[in-house]
Amino acid sequence: MRTIAVAAAVVGALALAGCGGGGRGSDGPLTVYSGREEELVAPLFEKFTDATGIDVEVRYGDSAELAATIAEEGSNSPADVFFAQDPGSLGAVDAQLEALPSETLDRVSARFRDAEGRWVGTSGRTRVLVYNTGQLSQDELPASVLQLTEPAWKNRVGIAPTNASFQAFVTAMRLSLGDEKTEAWLEGMKANDAKTYEKNTPIVEAVASGEIDVGLVNHYYLSLVKEEQPDAPIANHLFEAGDPGSLVSVAGAGVLSSSDQTEDAERFVEFLLSEEAQQFYVDEAEENEYPLVAGIDPPAGLVPLDEIHGPDVELTAFGAELSSTVELLRKTGWLS
Amino acid sequence: MATAGRRPPPALALLAGAVVALLLLPLAYLVIRVADGGGRALDVLWDRSTLQLVVNTVLLVAGVVVAAIVVAVPTAWLVTRTDLPGRRVWAVAATLPLVIPSYVAAFCLLGFFSERGLLQQALGVDRLPDPTGYWGAVAALTLSTYPYVFLLAQAALRDLDPALEEAARGLGVSRLRVLARVTLPAIRPSVALGSLLVALYVLSDFGVVSLMRYDSLTRAIYVQYKSLFDRTPAAVLALVLVGLTAIALVFELRARTRGRLWRTGPGAARRARPVELGAARWPAVAWCGLVTGLFLVLPAGVLLYWLGRGISNDRRVVVPWDEAAHSLGASALAALVTVAAAIPVAVLVHRYPGPLARVLERLSYAGNALPGLVIALSLVFFAARYASPVYQTLGLLVFAYAVRFFPLALSGLDTGLARVSPRVEEAARGLGRGPLATAWLVTVPLVRSGALAGAALVFLSAMKELPATIILRPIGFDTLATEIWGATQVGAYSKAAIPALLLIVLSAPVLWLVHRDSGRLAESGG
Repeated sequence: MRTIAVAAAVVGALALAGCGGGGRGSDGPLTVYSGREEELVAPLFEKFTDATGIDVEVRYGDSAELAATIAEEGSNSPADVFFAQDPGSLGAVDAQLEALPSETLDRVSARFRDAEGRWVGTSGRTRVLVYNTGQLSQDELPASVLQLTEPAWKNRVGIAPTNASFQAFVTAMRLSLGDEKTEAWLEGMKANDAKTYEKNTPIVEAVASGEIDVGLVNHYYLSLVKEEQPDAPIANHLFEAGDPGSLVSVAGAGVLSSSDQTEDAERFVEFLLSEEAQQFYVDEAEENEYPLVAGIDPPAGLVPLDEIHGPDVELTAFGAELSSTVELLRKTGWLS
Repeated sequence: MATAGRRPPPALALLAGAVVALLLLPLAYLVIRVADGGGRALDVLWDRSTLQLVVNTVLLVAGVVVAAIVVAVPTAWLVTRTDLPGRRVWAVAATLPLVIPSYVAAFCLLGFFSERGLLQQALGVDRLPDPTGYWGAVAALTLSTYPYVFLLAQAALRDLDPALEEAARGLGVSRLRVLARVTLPAIRPSVALGSLLVALYVLSDFGVVSLMRYDSLTRAIYVQYKSLFDRTPAAVLALVLVGLTAIALVFELRARTRGRLWRTGPGAARRARPVELGAARWPAVAWCGLVTGLFLVLPAGVLLYWLGRGISNDRRVVVPWDEAAHSLGASALAALVTVAAAIPVAVLVHRYPGPLARVLERLSYAGNALPGLVIALSLVFFAARYASPVYQTLGLLVFAYAVRFFPLALSGLDTGLARVSPRVEEAARGLGRGPLATAWLVTVPLVRSGALAGAALVFLSAMKELPATIILRPIGFDTLATEIWGATQVGAYSKAAIPALLLIVLSAPVLWLVHRDSGRLAESGG
């Protein structure tokens, strides 16, 4: 009896193995490595297949881990498209990306794409200060991120120093205000006992629970946490024009130069910038991101992108600047 | 050891050697990456912060090992050697936390103890101590690892010949001294092996240190990969982890070989007569209740609370059956493959002890403290370059599980084979059976429970495995673990609760199988 049960289990497992190992090849489906969460972008892939008839296979993962995977795969990467959460991950493998057609690139303002055209932003997000509406009223909020080192904010601020989005913001501060001022700010935050978190979501949750009063995060985590806790007393606050604290960054995509389906891959990136896909961010996406193509209004309740004047910096430079940023974070004791 | 010094058959030695060589692939990858980095590698090694990371990591390992022993050994003794009320139930409850992934354990502990968490809401107080950091990491890791020590200590206590303890009692030694001088030394090798498994787990785990914000080597390795995209420092730090594994192995070997006890009399061991607890039974029950409450009821309760909150917020409840099938299938294959691969090594170690066996066995642990991400990337490197047909297939994922969980299978077979005297096999040979027939008729039935236990441990670990699964799974091959990960990525705990609970419910019967089998074996005196 036991033997039969074991045999049945083995056969079952092998059958599963059979359907698990999907085939690859030049005429197979398009392979996308997505650092963006399935929860948020899966409908986009369906829309693409509906519109073009091209099947898509998606490998979901963490953007940085997928970048590391692509780097280890080298020229044998099965990926055709890399759809990433941040310019840093795209920049890390830009040597393995090919230049995109200019019609695709031109749909997006130059500040949201790679200077050499190897990747393009597909949706936007701003850095904000999320705050607890029970603890703070709007007129108590700081005009600049630099004020968070004042004694009044001691013990009240949450940040995520190991997170890519926070590091991008520090890069922005370095590029706009210089290393010295940034170092002083980081030390000031240390002296002010800013609390550290691994990611944006726990910061917003901590603000919602009153553990801290404010946190430096991307704007859309607010709506994600509200989804889970509809009554959470939280809101986003934008810093003044030109402040590094209101950096606008992007999620983006690029085509692998090792792809044997370049044409389909380019169509996919083009699709991400189509009216349909951009409108998806406005109407359907849980995440409340900004569309980047001109003429499409952002979701209700968001300050339009062209009214947000973040620091005057080039996103393309971020990849190369990252190691200096991390060095500075290390020096000021934010990273081990 | 009658067989000491016998030369192993070449085929067996070759097979065991090939298995261990495959297990060392991640190490080869790290060496390649470090060599790529050249002089920079040395800078990382001599950096002051690296030393701090090593200290932090050692402190964490020590803390969790001590905590796991303190929780596991008394509980194991109570449920196997006393008349504790409900001891069967407590025994099962004490092993169940093994099915809770450590990152889920950490989420649950945080959800309960964190500021404005469930506990604070319930108590209505203003402030609770911060649950993150060192103690939070120790708590979450103890939860997920103490069952290793518990299972091995329980088996050792059950199989220990009561004659030794009775002899000591007969000589007028007090019960407490018998416990300290006879019983505990006798189970020390098992506790040492359990502690080694705990230590390796702690060294490799990323989820807990990340959620608890504790700066260990593993967390630093992730930071190198994730924010710097720099593979040289990550590889150097990973090799430091391998160095720490070597130290843990030395400790374990010393504890294992000191004070080993063999039974000398012929025939099967009797079961020990249970110690009557008397008035001490209620504190004993309270102890088991505390262990179960903290390590099983609490995390399960938090998950159920999240599930309930999701339902009351009108979140759609979708049961991930496909993902569950994927988890079960891949984990079953992993259990089968890993135990099969461990057999030649285990046989070599137990039947042909010598330098070769010792070196191979120790080497098979070398990659085990490496974080899943490092193992995954090393297999990406080799497979994408040199074995592209298997890249991103289920086969490679199962292979990664085998690399990560090999020592679990080996430890199961170890305990099984240690109990089979080579003389029984020699008797069969003497009666005219060939070596294969002997193995099939004598050895296999006798080590079955050990092999089954090893397979179960691998199965349960594969069910929970996340970092290597994310990277190496075939496209679209979602598992329960990746489902949990996907939901927690966006903070959707009510959504994560469903796959987490399903993972626990589906894993639990496997533990029951182990319990039943070893119980039956003990009853039949085997």
